[in-house]
Amino acid sequence: MSSLKYRLFKNKLLTLSVVIFSALTAVPLVLIIGKVFLKGWRQINWDFFTKTTPTTLDALLAINNNQPIPGGIANGIVGTLMMVLVASVIAIPLGVMCGIYLSENRKTKFSTVVRFLTDLLQGTPSIILGIIAYLWVVIPLKGYSALAGSVALAIMMLPLIVRSTEETMNLLPASLKEAGLALGSPYRSVVLKVLLPSAFGGVFTGILLAVSRVIGETAPLMLTALGATTIQWDITKPASAVSLLIWEFYNDPNLQSMIWSASLFLLLLVLSLNILAKQLAKKWRI
Amino acid sequence: MENLNKTPILSLKKLCVSYTPGKFAVNNVSADIYEGLITSVMGPSGCGKSTLIRAINRMHELYPDIRISGNIELKGRDLLHINPSEVRRMAGMVFQRPNPFPTMSIYDNVLAGYKLIGIKQSRHEKDELVESSLKSVGLWDEVKDGLSKRGSFLSGGQQQRLCIARALALKPDILLMDEPTSALDPIATNLIEELLVKLKKEVTIVIVTHNMTQAARISDYSMFMYLGELVEYDRTEIMFTNPSDKRTEEYLTGKFG
Ligand SMILES: Nc1ncnc2c1ncn2[C@@H]1O[C@H](COP(=O)(O)OP(=O)(O)OP(=O)(O)O)[C@@H](O)[C@H]1O
Ligand SMILES: [Mg+2]
Repeated sequence: MSSLKYRLFKNKLLTLSVVIFSALTAVPLVLIIGKVFLKGWRQINWDFFTKTTPTTLDALLAINNNQPIPGGIANGIVGTLMMVLVASVIAIPLGVMCGIYLSENRKTKFSTVVRFLTDLLQGTPSIILGIIAYLWVVIPLKGYSALAGSVALAIMMLPLIVRSTEETMNLLPASLKEAGLALGSPYRSVVLKVLLPSAFGGVFTGILLAVSRVIGETAPLMLTALGATTIQWDITKPASAVSLLIWEFYNDPNLQSMIWSASLFLLLLVLSLNILAKQLAKKWRI
Repeated sequence: MENLNKTPILSLKKLCVSYTPGKFAVNNVSADIYEGLITSVMGPSGCGKSTLIRAINRMHELYPDIRISGNIELKGRDLLHINPSEVRRMAGMVFQRPNPFPTMSIYDNVLAGYKLIGIKQSRHEKDELVESSLKSVGLWDEVKDGLSKRGSFLSGGQQQRLCIARALALKPDILLMDEPTSALDPIATNLIEELLVKLKKEVTIVIVTHNMTQAARISDYSMFMYLGELVEYDRTEIMFTNPSDKRTEEYLTGKFG
């Protein structure tokens, strides 16, 4: 009997330590969110979303008068959204098509090479992709631009979309394709009208995760979009981004308190994209 | 024994199919399938039944390495040398597992053959086709109030009947069925068997089955295959009461398979 008790005790001990270690890994996350929230929420108000970044001078005056810093991050929000949108327009069709190709041609040499290259691309430091976009877009267009930033982000999104599309398509039962072909429909319309819609949930989740992955990118944007103090809708002109603003705030002693509010905004955006992606993945599971 | 119609609609001539060179999954099969009848294909697992009927509607083109020789003629047309899409519309197929399209409604599932090919139909034509197809599989009364629901919400038996309706909507000359009831419960199986007997007036049926009593109950002609060869092909009554080949007899009495 004592050995049974001992085993039960061992079991409990194990469970307890698993719980403790899991909690430990969550600690940094909770601390980060807590810190950002506490330091950032005070700056967040209507102006924060609608006004552009204040100049150092305005900020200094406000600080001396013990007032909250005027202005907001509207230029960053617009820039980020615009660049992510353009990047998506480039990366989604390319990535989804490539993912379909890989799933439909699993064993050809070409697919093996493409798969290897996508893995390589996924592991490439983002600053290097920024340099590539600089070479491909900034130099030919003779200037920094939101478009160049979008290209850098698109290259980052591409491997994520390719692989998630491929994996989702691989999960589809072969019977689905057979059913489509057995009705005499051409291969192309089986892929586009049967397989792709059936994989939609997984593909869309992959896209959301790719967006949430690049939305906070900073390094590649420094080399491409550069930054702007005003709201810029023209994609051939330099643009700001929330992540770029955080970096700029960090470099300006008078704008330090804006770091936290901009970070809070970005963090909440990424978190909600992630949660949305997870929920959709659950709902649309095939 | 009643007299049966003996107009051939489908004829196989020296059909050979191999997945790997030199190894024939279907070996030199010649047979005429008669119009308006049900022909069952029996045989132990791996004897080439699926390979045979999949060759008829060119599903094999999914496997690049496969080799086919011989001749398949449906209503006088050489199936191996015309557009596969056309072949598959003339020879519909129902699979072992019900496979309605999960993203489409019941209504769209029935019309899928037309939608996927891109044939435009008027609202009226569509409604009529959906109703007649679902009625011919006995599903209309069960689903008519929920035609916009997903096909995958139906029970297994209903899904299989939906798949039959989807194939019938294209008005095929022949319906190829690969163990269509093996994933279903006895009640659903029964329903489908009754249905097939009714349907044979409209469409010739070739059904692969492991279930000998099913073959005996519904089919007019039976084939027995063994190791890729067509061992015996005769009226079902004759096959079950007085088989001419020893292997057929052994299979039917449960000595193997
Ligand atoms: N995709 C494939 N690639 C290679 N060989 C195959 C393939 N499909 C079937 N075969 C082989 O062809 C032969 C016939 O297979 P088939 O599926 O036609 O048999 P079956 O009579 O339908 O069997 P079952 O009753 O188990 O469904 C078998 O020896 C099988 O191993
Ligand atoms: Mg089979």
